[in-house]
Amino acid sequence: MLRYIAIRLLHAIPTLFIISVIAFFVIQLPPGDFLSTQIAYLESQGASVDSSQIEALRIRYGIGDPFWVQYWKWITAILFNGDFGLSFQYQRPVSGLIMDRLGLTLILGLATLFFTWIIALPAGIYSAIRQHSIGEYIISGLGFVALAIPNFLAALVLAYIAFAFFGHSVGGLFSPEHANAPWSLAKIGDLLQHLWIPVIVIGLAGTAGIIRTMRANLLDELHKPYVTAARAKGLPERRVIAKYPVRISLNPFISTIGWNIPQLFDGEVIVAQVLALGTMGPLLLTALKSQDMYLAGGILLIIAVLTVIGTLISDIALAAVDPRVRFGKA
Amino acid sequence: MSLAPIPSDDPKEQLETAEPESGDPKDERVQLATASQRQLIWMRFRRHKMAMLGLWILILMYFVAALAGFFAPFTTNSAHSTHAYHPPQLPKFSISDGFYVHPSEGRTDIDTLKRVFEEDTSEKVELGFFVKGEPYKLFGVIESDRHFFGPKEMGERFYLFGADRAGADVLSKLIYGSQVSLSIGLVGVAISLVLGLILGGISGYFGGWVDNLIQRFIELIMSIPTLPLWLGLAAAIPPTFGIVPTYLMITVILSLLGWTSLARVIRGRLLQTRDEDFVLAARLDGVSTARIIRRHLLPSFMSHIIATVSLSVPAMILAETSLSFLGLGMRAPAISWGVLLQDAQSVKTVATAPWLLIPGIAVVLAVVAYNFVGDGLRDSADPYGKRSE
Repeated sequence: MLRYIAIRLLHAIPTLFIISVIAFFVIQLPPGDFLSTQIAYLESQGASVDSSQIEALRIRYGIGDPFWVQYWKWITAILFNGDFGLSFQYQRPVSGLIMDRLGLTLILGLATLFFTWIIALPAGIYSAIRQHSIGEYIISGLGFVALAIPNFLAALVLAYIAFAFFGHSVGGLFSPEHANAPWSLAKIGDLLQHLWIPVIVIGLAGTAGIIRTMRANLLDELHKPYVTAARAKGLPERRVIAKYPVRISLNPFISTIGWNIPQLFDGEVIVAQVLALGTMGPLLLTALKSQDMYLAGGILLIIAVLTVIGTLISDIALAAVDPRVRFGKA
Repeated sequence: MSLAPIPSDDPKEQLETAEPESGDPKDERVQLATASQRQLIWMRFRRHKMAMLGLWILILMYFVAALAGFFAPFTTNSAHSTHAYHPPQLPKFSISDGFYVHPSEGRTDIDTLKRVFEEDTSEKVELGFFVKGEPYKLFGVIESDRHFFGPKEMGERFYLFGADRAGADVLSKLIYGSQVSLSIGLVGVAISLVLGLILGGISGYFGGWVDNLIQRFIELIMSIPTLPLWLGLAAAIPPTFGIVPTYLMITVILSLLGWTSLARVIRGRLLQTRDEDFVLAARLDGVSTARIIRRHLLPSFMSHIIATVSLSVPAMILAETSLSFLGLGMRAPAISWGVLLQDAQSVKTVATAPWLLIPGIAVVLAVVAYNFVGDGLRDSADPYGKRSE
């Protein structure tokens, strides 16, 4: 087991390297460079642009240098100094901007993950063993709709319902009086009151997806001979199901936790935009639109690293559950 | 090829022929025994009511999209500014006039700043089928001015789904928008499927270091949340690009990241079936690798590919809609469902003009239909499926 974990950790290093290259490549794609945007911005603000200051920035970020040199300067600053560069839009270090929002983003993500699992697992098992029952049709029907509704549409509709029928605004994760207050029990309670809409909206599609996977996996297993054998031995039905097919169909399931994390970020970007949440999504969107490249690159990198860590955890969990994976047999 | 005769290698066919479903009349049994795999799948699929419904909805949607000019009452650039935010009109029917609506003029109320519409009940806009209207080109070639449904008198207006901010007909825009929104999923998935089959197939069949390399690569792509990366790539499309290049770029961007889940499904199934007895038998018979993959492995997990594809098309439709909604996908003057939904971005707009969300309903309808069809296919093409009790 330790060996397996060590190997997986080693695998993660090149992955992280290539991801950082991709993130940097993406933010380099738009025509023009960061510095000319910065100068244009400063001039539009009426500030005088000091040529020696520009020269310093040019050397600092390696503008005009080949791609790899720029990349090297970017990544070494992050690795050794935790310096993600400067956001020209906010005139603040990127790392500070990201740290401000990282906590809320993680809370939102974890809450959604728990919500998804608590709903999806029992629903998936139920709809497989009670196939063609009314309950299964309801679950499948709701699941279909949940998969089909775009995140932003669900967010808009829920926000509209909350606005029109309950009369409270759903923008943001905090009420105004708590927004800038230090953490307290009241603030946490306030957060929970606001959290449910984005959690439902982001978790909607993921939940439906997992129900589908679970149902499909379990259906594949339920008709295999060993289930019949277990039944023939006289095991109670509940045990027959829970002990064998459910356990097997959980395997591909655990390995998908890792991929659910990107999904969470996908949903978060859109929903946070519609509901004006203080998470990383809206920050990324404005950064991309205004070509605030170090901010965009930093966020892309952080999101990707978080996901790699998530995948790593899910791989290790899978190995813990299934010895075949541990010994490289499956 | 100098091959020994292969034993019937398809587990699906064997199973189906060996155990026809109980309860079927006898002549159907004979039919079942001789039916090809495709016929069997179709027979089962037809029994899935929701899947058939989804199939018909999709056929209808693509038909309307293909003949957009004919089915849309107006062309996309005809708008009346006095009709901005005109609410939807339900056609009335009388024996003497046929279908009609009352024309109404809109104005902005000075006190509330709301749009107010007053119906002029003394006049009627007569509506009819196959009316002459604004000229359009079918498939970009055939010129015509016949519209399926619309005002009989040219120049008169009628809004079944209401009007948008500029006073353009939402229904017409919806129909034209479906051309982009419905096709982008198909094109994107086609590219993804080719990539997924090749890379997933190689990875699963050969295993070893090839598998390892491809899996790390897939993991790499999957480990970057797609939407942020899509956004990043789409942000690089210059706004000056025309509609067609943007469309192509978006499809490529969508499928560059979309093939991975397909490849993973294919690989997983290959790994599972690779060591089955019938594959070993085929290999001992000296069947070539390519043929084993094509004849023995592919049919046994076809259903899973289909199920994943059925989920990939709507995922692409949703992706395009989301990108356009966020302002980084298709851009006006291009029309897609996502572009139309951009108008409905705030709760306030939705509260005053809820009909702007209708393109969202179209998205949901298309995606649900695809999912129904895919689920029906999955259940009917499943090799071990004794599902249709």
